[in-house]
Amino acid sequence: MDKKMKSIYSLIAVAALFVFLFLLERTLPSTSMLFTVLKKGAIYALVAVSLNLLNGFTGLFSLGQAGFMLIGAYTYAIFTIPPQARAQVYQYFDGGIIQFALPVPVALVLAGLAAATFAFLIGLPVLRLKGDYLAIATLGFAEIIRAIFQWDKLGPITNGSNLLRKFPAFSSVLFPFAVSGICIALIVLLINSSFGRAFKAIREDEIAAEAMGISLFKHKMLSFVISSFFAGVSGALLAMYQTTVQASAFKSAMTYEILLIVVIGGIGSVTGSCLSSFLFIACSEWWLRFLDAETVISGFHVPLLRSGFRKVVFSVIIMCVVLFYRQGIMGDREFSWKGLIGLFKKPFAKRAKAKGGAAHE
Amino acid sequence: MKFFNENLPYILAGISVGGQYALIAIGYTMVYGILRLINFAHGDIFMVAGLMMVYFSTAMPLYAAIPLVLALTVLLGFVIERVAYKPLRNAPRMSIMISAIGVSYLLQNMALYVTGGLAKQYPPIPWISDIINIGTATTKRVTVITPVLTIVLVVALVILIKYTKIGMAMRAVSRDFETARLMGIKINNVISTTFIIGSLLAGVGSLLYFTNYTGVVPTAGAMPGLKAFVAAVFGGIGSIPGAVVGAFIIGICESLIKGAGWTTFSDAFTFALLIVILVAKPTGLFGEKTTDKV
Repeated sequence: MDKKMKSIYSLIAVAALFVFLFLLERTLPSTSMLFTVLKKGAIYALVAVSLNLLNGFTGLFSLGQAGFMLIGAYTYAIFTIPPQARAQVYQYFDGGIIQFALPVPVALVLAGLAAATFAFLIGLPVLRLKGDYLAIATLGFAEIIRAIFQWDKLGPITNGSNLLRKFPAFSSVLFPFAVSGICIALIVLLINSSFGRAFKAIREDEIAAEAMGISLFKHKMLSFVISSFFAGVSGALLAMYQTTVQASAFKSAMTYEILLIVVIGGIGSVTGSCLSSFLFIACSEWWLRFLDAETVISGFHVPLLRSGFRKVVFSVIIMCVVLFYRQGIMGDREFSWKGLIGLFKKPFAKRAKAKGGAAHE
Repeated sequence: MKFFNENLPYILAGISVGGQYALIAIGYTMVYGILRLINFAHGDIFMVAGLMMVYFSTAMPLYAAIPLVLALTVLLGFVIERVAYKPLRNAPRMSIMISAIGVSYLLQNMALYVTGGLAKQYPPIPWISDIINIGTATTKRVTVITPVLTIVLVVALVILIKYTKIGMAMRAVSRDFETARLMGIKINNVISTTFIIGSLLAGVGSLLYFTNYTGVVPTAGAMPGLKAFVAAVFGGIGSIPGAVVGAFIIGICESLIKGAGWTTFSDAFTFALLIVILVAKPTGLFGEKTTDKV
């Protein structure tokens, strides 16, 4: 299959997906859990892919993603609250300092840029560290950022530890899909470029990569900053999805969740991260919901089922994946049309062989 | 002297908190020294010990509950190692770390399920939670007991590691896994012992820590766990005296910052300190130098 055909197929598939989503929105009631899963799944897919760029493709074990999402979410919220709503939102800080609102797309890009700027500053000292030390230092930075955003003195900008709200949100599931889709496409383009090959070289062997003339620091920084940019954008999307932002939500537990998504999908696979983020959200929010309800089947009270059991079962499933299915869903393979067609062809090919048909292929 | 007198309560509290962090940090540093694994579940073992104490103290007298809690905490640490880390012994280090994150997630969710998400009242333990006066400060007796107990336990541990057979085996395993195995050391036993000692200290730490606080919530282990880990890194991970010194420094600084009215930044300060140390001296205060093999 030549390259042109592949891109035509991909375009058709994307268009079909959007038409399908559009039709879904027209037919299903808007309260359906499916939309929650789709919206949140798309947002988590973006942040999972951005973490994968760092962990899976560059081999930098960073645990700061929640911090960058927080910066993105706050930047977006601060710059888009309409001026007339500010007095109400910033009620303890005299309406805040900023008295203008930017259009949504500009604010989204700004959210990414803010996260990227912070990442650059953080990266200067931290990226000299290796392995576990890098992990714990980035985790620490995420906690520091959280504390700074909750600081009272910055209240006129960040509203202290109070909620930010009343900023524009999205209603259609198409919006997060479009934004995440564009961002993930950009990341894929980056991974397939010469920069991406340099990242993979660093992942495989830093010293060998350096010997081949790859500037370690420059490429690590590039990967770190770009990953943070997209984490910032996804943070802004998450803010839009939740319609409120508060710094206390962006704990290290959030980074762990995203890391688990990456691992379940397969470290080093963009397709895997996307698939597993939808699966993860669907499982944790929707499919296992019945475990939380107390159930009585014909007079028999099913034991253990009560609020919170869903999460226990879910974490057992995750442990099983981590222990017995270490490669995740995709390993480090990617989706390709050839692979998909091969998947469908295989049963037929076997049948053809069994019949003793044309052996020479 | 004036500074000292004014801040005496905070310094005392800091020393006490430092001792509690030290007891948790030793668990981290020992596991890291041997397995090169950041055991993210360690803080949650600490939290589970607290919760067990809450439940057992209502069912039985304290002199029975305390040993039982310690025994079960040790068992928990042992089981976690066998179930979640042992199967991954030859896997890349990142898989084991993610398994640790998974265990932490599981323990927190289990605690959430059992408690229903409500804070559980920690029982007052007679004698150690009595109020006493030191100089100008009024505090609980636990504040004084913690550092003393910590130091006694650490000395015992150092003696164990220096002079006993199992201690020698631990040192050998932490130096080189494969060679130790070839020399006939049963590394699985050594690793289990490490987890047992670490969990026991976390259990003792939880007894002392939660006496100072009113309640136990499922996420209660996360912050002390992280702080203790920072203390371990600060002192040079793999070194027990380093972990203890790091824990006391962090405990005292944190307490003084809270005393100065900067409570929002007490956690952030800990991490800032960590980053400064890591950048200036990447292996911590007492850490060994590592060299890259090409």
